[in-house]
Formats: sequence, structure tokens, C-alpha cells
Amino acid sequence: MNAQNNTQLETPRRLIPSSGEDARRQVQARRQRIVVNILRVLVSVIFLSAWEFASRAQWIDPFFFGQPSDVVIQIWTWIIRGTAQGPLWEQIAVTLEETVLGFLIGVVFGIILGIALGRSQILADVFGPYIKAANSIPRVVLGSIFIIWLGLGLPSKVALAVVLVFFVVFFNAFQGVREVDRNLIANARILGASPRQLSTDVILPSALTWIIASLHTSFGFALVGAIVGEYLGAVHGIGLMIATAQGTFNPNGVFAAMVILAVVALLAEALVTLIENRLIKWRPQPVSDISF
Amino acid sequence: MKSNHSSPALELYSVTKRFPTSNGQPYTALHDLNLNVRTGEFLAIVGPTGSGKSTTLTLMAGLEPPSVGEVRVHSEPLRGLNPYVGYMFQNDAVFPWKNVLENVAAGPLFRHVPRDQAHVSARDWIQRVGLEGFEGYYPHQLSGGMRKRVALAQTLIHQPEILLMDEPFSALDVQTRALMEDELLAMWTTLSATTVFVTHDLEEAIALADRVCVLTAGPATVKGIYEIDLPRPRHVAEVRFEPRFVELYHEIWEDLRHEVMISYERTKQHTT
Ligand SMILES: Nc1ncnc2c1ncn2[C@@H]1O[C@H](COP(=O)(O)OP(=O)(O)OP(=O)(O)O)[C@@H](O)[C@H]1O
Ligand SMILES: [Mg+2]
Repeated sequence: MNAQNNTQLETPRRLIPSSGEDARRQVQARRQRIVVNILRVLVSVIFLSAWEFASRAQWIDPFFFGQPSDVVIQIWTWIIRGTAQGPLWEQIAVTLEETVLGFLIGVVFGIILGIALGRSQILADVFGPYIKAANSIPRVVLGSIFIIWLGLGLPSKVALAVVLVFFVVFFNAFQGVREVDRNLIANARILGASPRQLSTDVILPSALTWIIASLHTSFGFALVGAIVGEYLGAVHGIGLMIATAQGTFNPNGVFAAMVILAVVALLAEALVTLIENRLIKWRPQPVSDISF
Repeated sequence: MKSNHSSPALELYSVTKRFPTSNGQPYTALHDLNLNVRTGEFLAIVGPTGSGKSTTLTLMAGLEPPSVGEVRVHSEPLRGLNPYVGYMFQNDAVFPWKNVLENVAAGPLFRHVPRDQAHVSARDWIQRVGLEGFEGYYPHQLSGGMRKRVALAQTLIHQPEILLMDEPFSALDVQTRALMEDELLAMWTTLSATTVFVTHDLEEAIALADRVCVLTAGPATVKGIYEIDLPRPRHVAEVRFEPRFVELYHEIWEDLRHEVMISYERTKQHTT
């Protein structure tokens, strides 16, 4: 029952030679991972070659469908010479700024209001119907209103991203609060927690699992908000690049912007996962490790 | 024996507790229950499962108000939380996102004790319950018995005047359990806390307590209260073999068995 015992148990394990069932399973798992990776690469190679070939052979019209090599050239041109609106990195920076700002503001409001309504029956009863009604509006249409109100600059995009992010985080935080173990609350109260300490020390950490699950989706939503906002009217950003490419009938430009977006989104996703592992290090390892 | 029989620490005065249920008819868990807990005593409560033992503790802690009747603490009617109690819950109630040290220090930190000071006394209590070396572990990395020790340290760090314990050792194996019972008795002697200890194990109740209270099958009232006149200090593993222990056991078991049978017949009717 003490640390000594524990370390003693640990040491001999390392001396066990790596053979037997465990070791075999490890080798097998590694082999499977390699096979999966090869297959993954193969899928994209086949798809892209087929596309390239089909458009070179004029089976599909490259004017409408573009072709992978031109997409790459388009990206390269943007990198070297910049886009119609200015240097490429500037467009990415603008879109990222809008996304991150919208994400952060939406998350903070979502968490605060989710916890407030989750904790207070009166607030939940009064505001519940309004939030449900607001949630049923297809929120992308608000983009036009925001551009009228806030202009073509950054605020209108941030506002759209906030609106998209808010509801996702809000509903998760709200549910998370409702699911808190009554026992833990009773225990904290007995141990002397004030209502505020209950919120910050018990309810928030315990709802965090729910909230963090929503962060993955909501970062995606923030990006959608920023892009759609730019698409509807802007002076900078990846969304505007797509709109411009569309206006000049340049499918390669649209695809190139999509590739850039995908890279940005994947990087952001990795960042959120990193934060997640940081925040809930107390959780046991998930049982299965099926993942994408 | 140390007891100040003059004023009770806790009184339940004709307490009835009803819970709302989904079928509309309230469920009566406690009915007209009268119980005095003497200052400094070790009172064990036994009763069949579902009789209302945990509910009784919840009322004593002030987590729930009685539907009828009154809970009194030092002769004052209790409103809201009982500030004198420490409560070890029947189910795991340690915070899964805090490690052992943070869990044990939680109480003092809630009460605005400076962090260094809270950590010092937390380490002291971690050592007393035999968990040194595990300060950085999270609850999911501990065994069930170790989590109970964390809960014990978390509760005792306040040195509560009244200690409520709800089947704290029921999940432990027999040997660990005897060890922890002895430790509890030792701590009870030094802390001189009034202790209410819920268990469904009559042997455990007699071995530990000054008095054993038997509850009826739900709705619970007090069926009987027995003075346990076994000498202290007691050694739980040995006291079980004393003739007086066996005598008391038979006497109380007659009462308890009757209630257990009633409760058992009920559940059988439910399932068939
Ligand atoms: N919050 C609640 N709402 C509705 N019914 C409840 C509630 N809490 C307890 N009860 C009911 O009250 C009765 C007594 O419950 P209690 O938990 O006090 O029993 P117990 O004696 O502690 O049982 P056990 O030995 O199994 O722990 C049970 O029938 C239970 O269903
Ligand atoms: Mg119980």
C-alpha cells in the first residue's frame, strides 16, 4: 500500500524479454499501421492521378473541373506572387484572426451562459425558449445582417463565427452542468465550498469533458463563419479568394483555396487536441483507440 | 469512555422524509423517527438495505430538509447545511480531476486556508491514512480501498466535531477492513468526534460502537437502541470472540433479522 511497493513492482517488468503474446501483438499492430498508411497514400494518389489523367485526356472539361497540377501551380503562384488581394500569408492571417477571435469569444460566452443556465432553474426557464428559437434559425443568413451592421471588415466575420460557435458550446456546457454527479456537489458543499467555488471547482471541471468535446466541432464552425462572412463581402481573406476565383471562373483557384483551408483546419484540430490532453490529464485512457 | 451525556450533539425530532417520485405518489423513506446522538459517542446505525440509513445521514448533514419534524444541532434547530459535520459518502465522492494531494487539501482551500498551509496539513493526513507516495495520483489510478482512504483524509482534515460515515468500508476485503476499523477507532479516540456510522454489517457495528441503533424496513423508524458495554480500547479482530460480543450479537440480530426478512419479502414480491 505504499510507493515503495509500487516501484518494486515496476522494475522487474522491464527485465522481461520482449517475446510472448504481448510483443507479438505489438509487432502486429505496428505492421497494421504501416499497411494502413500505405493504403491511405495510395487512395489519394489514385484519385489525383485519375483526375489529372481524365482532364488531360479531355474526358472532363478542365475549364470547369480544373486539374491537380494546375491547383498546385495556382498555390505556388499565390505563394510566390501573392493573390489579387495581396500576399497569401496575409489572407491566411486575416482568416485565422477572425476564426480565432470568433472561436474564443463564442467559447467564453457559451461556457458562461451554459453554466449559468445549467445552474439556475429560473434563468433556464426564462431564457430556454429564446435560445431554442435562436438555435433553430439557420445562422449563416445572419452573415448578411452582420455585414450591413458591421461593415466589410473583421468585426462582421468575427460576429458570424461567434454566433456559430456559441450555440455548440452553450448546449454542451449546459448539458455538462446537468450531468454533474450530485454526490460530488454534496461532498464539496460539506467540505465548505461556496456557490461560486462550486461553479469553478466542481461544475466547470466536471462539465469540461462535455465542453472540450464541443471544441473540435466549434473550431470548424468558427472557420465556416469566417469564410462565409468573407465570401459574402470582404476586402481580405481566404473566403474572398474563393469568391474571386468563382467570379473569374477559375476552378483551380477554388480548389487551391480549399487545400489551404484544409491544411489550416487540420493544424487547428491538432492544436485543440493538444489543449484537450493538457486540460483533462486526469482522465483514464480511452478504452478503444479507434481514431482517424 | 468519553461521553458527555448532558446535551446531545444531534437530535432527530419526529422526523419524516418524503421523496417525490415519478408516479406522483411521494415515497416515505423515514417516518416519525426520533434519535439522539450524544456528544462524543460512536453511534452505529444498522438496518436492511433501502430502509433509509443514508437518508438519515443526509438529514443530519443538512443536505436535505426533513418533510416533517426537526433536526437539532446542539439543541438549535438546523437550517441549511450543518456546519459541524464531516461526511464520508456511501458512493465515491472524491474529485476525479484532482490528484490525491489536491483532493485532501480541497476542504481547507474552500475555506480560504493559504495554499502552503493547506498542503502541509494535507500531506500530514495523507501520511496518517497510509497513502504517502501517492500524492500525485489521480483517483482512477487508485484502488477502491485507496480511494476510501483519500475520502477519509479529505473528511478528517477539518477535524469535524461530528463525523458521518456511510458504509465506508463495505467495499474492502476483510483484512484491510479490520485494519481500517482499528485505525478509525484510534483516530476517533484522539479526535473525540461524535461519530454516526452507517453499516449493514452488525458485527462491524457492535465492534466499533458505543450504541447500535436498529432501523425498521422502510419507512424507517427506530426499532431499538442497544448499549454496547464492551471495554475500550477495542481490537476489532479480537473483540468478536468475546462472550459478551456474541451475546449482544444474538440479541440485536433477533431484531434486525425480522426487519431484514420484511424488506426481503417486499423485494421478492416486487420481482415476482
Ligand atoms: N432522492 C431520492 N428520491 C427518491 N427516493 C429516494 C431518494 N433518496 C432515497 N430514496 C428512497 O428512500 C429509500 C431509502 O434510501 P436510503 O438510500 O436512505 O437507503 P439505505 O438504508 O441507505 O440503503 P442501502 O443500505 O442500500 O444504502 C429508498 O427506497 C430510496 O429509493
Ligand atoms: Mg445507503
